[in-house]
Amino acid sequence: MRRLWIGLTYAVFALLIVVPLVKIATGSLEDGVSGLLDALLRPEALHALMMTGIIVVFVTLINTVFGVMLAIYLVRAAWLHPRIKGLLNSIVDLPYAVSPVIGGLMIVLLVGPDTALGALLEGAGIKIVYALPGMVIATLFVTFPLMVREVMPVLQEIGSQQEEAATMLGAYSWYTFWKVTWPSIRWGVIYGVVLTVARTLGEFGAVLVVSGNIMNLTQTATTLVYQDVENFNVVAANGVALVLAAFSVGLLLLMEWAKKRKEVH
Amino acid sequence: MHIEVKGLSKSFGDFKAVQDVSFGIKKGHLIGLLGPSGGGKTSILRMLAGLEAPTAGDILFHGKRVNDLPPQERGIGFVFQNYALFKHMTVFENVAFGLKVKKLPKDAIRERVQSLIELTGLKGFEHRYPAQLSGGQRQRVAFARALAPEPQLLLLDEPFAAIDAKIRSELRTWLKEMIERVGITSIFVTHDQDEAIEVADEIMIISKGRLEQKGTPWEIYKNPETQFVAEFIGESTTVDNVAALHGFEEAAAWTGTRGLIRPEYIEIGKPGEITLASATMRGVVRHIHFRGSEWMVELEIGDIRLITYRSLEKDVLKPGDPVDILIHRAYLFNESDSWIMENKLKVDPMPVII
Repeated sequence: MRRLWIGLTYAVFALLIVVPLVKIATGSLEDGVSGLLDALLRPEALHALMMTGIIVVFVTLINTVFGVMLAIYLVRAAWLHPRIKGLLNSIVDLPYAVSPVIGGLMIVLLVGPDTALGALLEGAGIKIVYALPGMVIATLFVTFPLMVREVMPVLQEIGSQQEEAATMLGAYSWYTFWKVTWPSIRWGVIYGVVLTVARTLGEFGAVLVVSGNIMNLTQTATTLVYQDVENFNVVAANGVALVLAAFSVGLLLLMEWAKKRKEVH
Repeated sequence: MHIEVKGLSKSFGDFKAVQDVSFGIKKGHLIGLLGPSGGGKTSILRMLAGLEAPTAGDILFHGKRVNDLPPQERGIGFVFQNYALFKHMTVFENVAFGLKVKKLPKDAIRERVQSLIELTGLKGFEHRYPAQLSGGQRQRVAFARALAPEPQLLLLDEPFAAIDAKIRSELRTWLKEMIERVGITSIFVTHDQDEAIEVADEIMIISKGRLEQKGTPWEIYKNPETQFVAEFIGESTTVDNVAALHGFEEAAAWTGTRGLIRPEYIEIGKPGEITLASATMRGVVRHIHFRGSEWMVELEIGDIRLITYRSLEKDVLKPGDPVDILIHRAYLFNESDSWIMENKLKVDPMPVII
């Protein structure tokens, strides 16, 4: 009986994760290596991968800086009333609960071309929806909790005494942050970065709604895969998916390593 | 550093952690802030350090108000309860931190750190991390780190709380010597009266956010000013009906007066053993407990129960033995007042001159 359950567990694992991965790999190589290269070197594929790359860079930078700052303010700020802290703390988790598509839709409804704010910004030459800024904002919405949730427990665990000790030794906040706080939260932040990058690479729903999925303009790797599948171009879809999968596996390995380091410190 | 505190108060919401505390501390003195946990001692320390802003009151260093001075500029060394060592830095780096902040030249830093490491007996441990040290060693590192930037005031929050009992007394002596040698004004917080009495030049008793009494350990023991202090320092038994005790009949003149009697105020002997027979009263031994170096004796006089100690050199008493009890003095208090009353019968009313 026990063997049956163990076998079943492995079967589910294989069916859900290993088989699709193998299928992607074989599917992308259906027309040989040249077929894979053709699929990847299409101008729209290169552009889509570049868009994904740009979004990853922006989102990771912004999310890291503001995620760490929010974590510090939520944990350390004594001037915030505990109830307000609790409220902010729950709002941070909102993107986990809300579907990314709805997140994207909110941005369209807020600053889309049909809204007053959107029209105003467009008049000033700033395009948000159906352009890169909207895609970055949508992805930020989805990834926001990741960094905060990684850094907050570490900050809580180390407590504020080491920082206070630095203060008493004459160090001001910037020096204290880099010399005392940062070494303790470093691995948590790296873990958060890895999660953010992985999530950004794979983000589909929010980006699809905000970008409009315009080829060679606002198309990302994931939305290109979606379009290739729609057009029955399975080999190309598999090829782009393989690139994304390869990145994800690399990130996972990095994450495991970061996790181990995090536990050590 | 000469310190003066006037009307210091701190509230957290509705909770009054510190209420109207005023005191002065002379340069070079070692002060113990003593009181029960949650009494506001740490809050006072943190306000002196600048880590907490007072709700009201002034803090003066050398006669200058420092309320608005940030903690970085106050020139105070702080030893935290759990030492708060920088765990990713070695002992050397920990001690050097305050000097690096001051941007001292490298040679000067090395020299100062080396001398402090030698002073605190940490030689050979410079390159260890805090996790590789014992509790006592961490305490020494925290002390060296706090002293490195040559502060004018040293604050220690429960410096011995995290150390096991055996090393604690050793470390107490060490700390007292060290502070005397450096000659720095120091304030430490503790809830352990033995610690405060042993280490401090002067004790401040803090309870419920108020300063109950300030004085040398001997003064506080001898002349407690409030009932709280009398009960908190030393051992004692509170007697409701103190006028029933022989020699303290006068206490009945103040209604509602109760008495506090310390074990060392009581002398006991087998019937006839005490010469001042007129001042004694007859009681019964209820229990005896061996306390290592003496017997603790529980006594019963009518419905009053007292405790005292008896030397191991004297005859061993048994529960139920009748004994003569001489109470030398009692600390009396009522709603409005407190005072010490000596046994009135100890002065023989009819001296026989031989």
